[in-house]
Amino acid sequence: MTHAVELRAVHKSFGRTPIINGVDLAVAPGERHAIIGPNGAGKSTLFNLISGRFAVTSGRILLNGEDITGREPQEINRRGLSRSFQITNIFPRLSVYENVRCAVLRSMGYGYSFWHRVGALERVRQRAAEILERIGLARRRDRAAGVLSYAEQRALEIGITIAGGADVILLDEPTAGMSHSETADAVELIRAVTRGKTLVMVEHDMGVVFGLADRISVLVYGKVLATGTPREIRASPAVQEAYLGTTVG
Amino acid sequence: MSSFLLRRLLLWGATAAVMIVLPLVFRQSFALSMLSQMGIAIIFALSYNMLLGQTGMLSFGHAVYYGLGAFVCAHTLNAVAAGRFALPVTLVPLVGGLAGFGFGIVFGYVTTKRSGTPFAMISLGIAEMVAACALMFPGFFGGEGGIATNRVVGEPWHGLTYGPQLQVYYLIAGYCLVCMIAMFALTQTPLGRMANAVRDNPERVRFVGYNPTLVRYLVFCLASFFAGIAGGLGTINYEIVTAENVGLVASGNVLVMTFVGGVGHFFGPVIGAVLVSFMQSALSSYTQAWLLYFGLFFVVMVLFAPGGIASLIMVHGPPLRHGLWPRLAPGYLAAGAALAVLLAGLIGLVEMIYHFERGEELGEAFELFGLEVDAGHAGSWLAAGVAVLLGLALLRPAICLVRRNWASVHAELHKVEAAA
Repeated sequence: MTHAVELRAVHKSFGRTPIINGVDLAVAPGERHAIIGPNGAGKSTLFNLISGRFAVTSGRILLNGEDITGREPQEINRRGLSRSFQITNIFPRLSVYENVRCAVLRSMGYGYSFWHRVGALERVRQRAAEILERIGLARRRDRAAGVLSYAEQRALEIGITIAGGADVILLDEPTAGMSHSETADAVELIRAVTRGKTLVMVEHDMGVVFGLADRISVLVYGKVLATGTPREIRASPAVQEAYLGTTVG
Repeated sequence: MSSFLLRRLLLWGATAAVMIVLPLVFRQSFALSMLSQMGIAIIFALSYNMLLGQTGMLSFGHAVYYGLGAFVCAHTLNAVAAGRFALPVTLVPLVGGLAGFGFGIVFGYVTTKRSGTPFAMISLGIAEMVAACALMFPGFFGGEGGIATNRVVGEPWHGLTYGPQLQVYYLIAGYCLVCMIAMFALTQTPLGRMANAVRDNPERVRFVGYNPTLVRYLVFCLASFFAGIAGGLGTINYEIVTAENVGLVASGNVLVMTFVGGVGHFFGPVIGAVLVSFMQSALSSYTQAWLLYFGLFFVVMVLFAPGGIASLIMVHGPPLRHGLWPRLAPGYLAAGAALAVLLAGLIGLVEMIYHFERGEELGEAFELFGLEVDAGHAGSWLAAGVAVLLGLALLRPAICLVRRNWASVHAELHKVEAAA
């Protein structure tokens, strides 16, 4: 079987400091996979490696069976992997609609065109409007993204991530900093927009993780300590000891 | 959508009409050459804003592409005059555009490798390099004297010789209109929209499938093309190109024009180009201190209206639409009066300093605002000083009033919006 995302013996050091110490990870197509672990375990670094933001020190990364090690982020994105960011990363001066539209254009094949009038691209317009509807920001369409509320910006972040129709979605702490009810909304949103797609997410909220994930990997000091279903992870003594002990009551 | 196109069509039609009518209203040769200069400046400033306002690239060397386009056009005209080949003068600005585009492809590749401050530094370096080349290659750049040329070459086409300035004006106006439309259309393309995205957040652009470096590079090449067209029109208009045209002063000038007009709106640089060209030719004939006033004006704009004149205009859109402008009037009247007093005093002081320092050439007594002013007389200094102090004293409460007026307008607009 071809995995949607596969990491083989991935290492990453910054200078002489190793951050990722030989991670092997395989995510099946259609799976919702959560990566958990204490602060500084290397979760965000792992995302930055998979999405091409950083280059690996050694090891290989495969996307749908294709080697993407050392590729530029935009190439990896075009091959069907899209990610969100832990710290909201949007286009603040563009309208909400334009934020989403920018994320749609490439996947519709318009690339760097300077001979199409963007307002006349009906498919692009429909797709962007549909995404806005799905993330619940249709009423905020013409607002500058920078003036949205925090929870709305987080929703837009997810909207930008899914707009291009990527089949592998990486979400980096999508509910960070949200209130209880906002988190519940965000979980529903994530569940809806990633239906039929492969999802890899970093998350601190254990309620979100156990509610959403099919499988969980525990990352500690740059190594995968355990991978398994939520039930297996809850039961694992090693995980209890290293990480969960106090968080899950 | 069709209403969008119709509005655009009306707007461009009105612009064209204004361009056609202007020289019929202002018939003096002085006005005609100023209008020609404005048309060139508009193209140049709009092309600069493709970099600064739309893609977030602060270039200190945009005149390189204007100037090189101008030099290539001068050589083209001279070659046509020498009979080496035939090309209608009408098409010569396009040669400038292609030259600008070509140099944009070469230099832009290096410049756009980086963004932010490194981009600004590289653009400065390339401007210095080209300025140095201007002295090293007198064959192409013509050394100190530059390259002189003659625009009346080749066969006249339907009576168009480009001898009279009016014909040159209409050539410039035609190119100006087409370039304005083309540059506006560019903002409405996928590349134009992604340029804004690159300006806002280049990192994120990579994760929606675009290479921000390539976006910058493409925009840079296209901006160089339009700068080159402006340069070609400059050659035809002035019939001389010198090393100054590629220099840092020229690059700084287009930056100032664009910024003063406003980088955040498409039409901002148009306002800036018109205003700065006007100041350069009109103000300089009134006073020797015009550069000082111009510098002061620029500093005040950067400090208090960083969005330029365009954004000052645009913030008044909502109050005007909702009929709230009478609420703004008292503050503006008060501030206008205070500013007038302050400015009168300042101008008096500056002019007196000039006349005092250079009394032998200019004479110490002169006329200002219809008043007899004598730089050798204490009374004049006292009056100007009092005007400055009075202006400053009045300005403070006037600005408070403007603020209060705006607060009430904002509150009202909020209510209207909440009701909608």
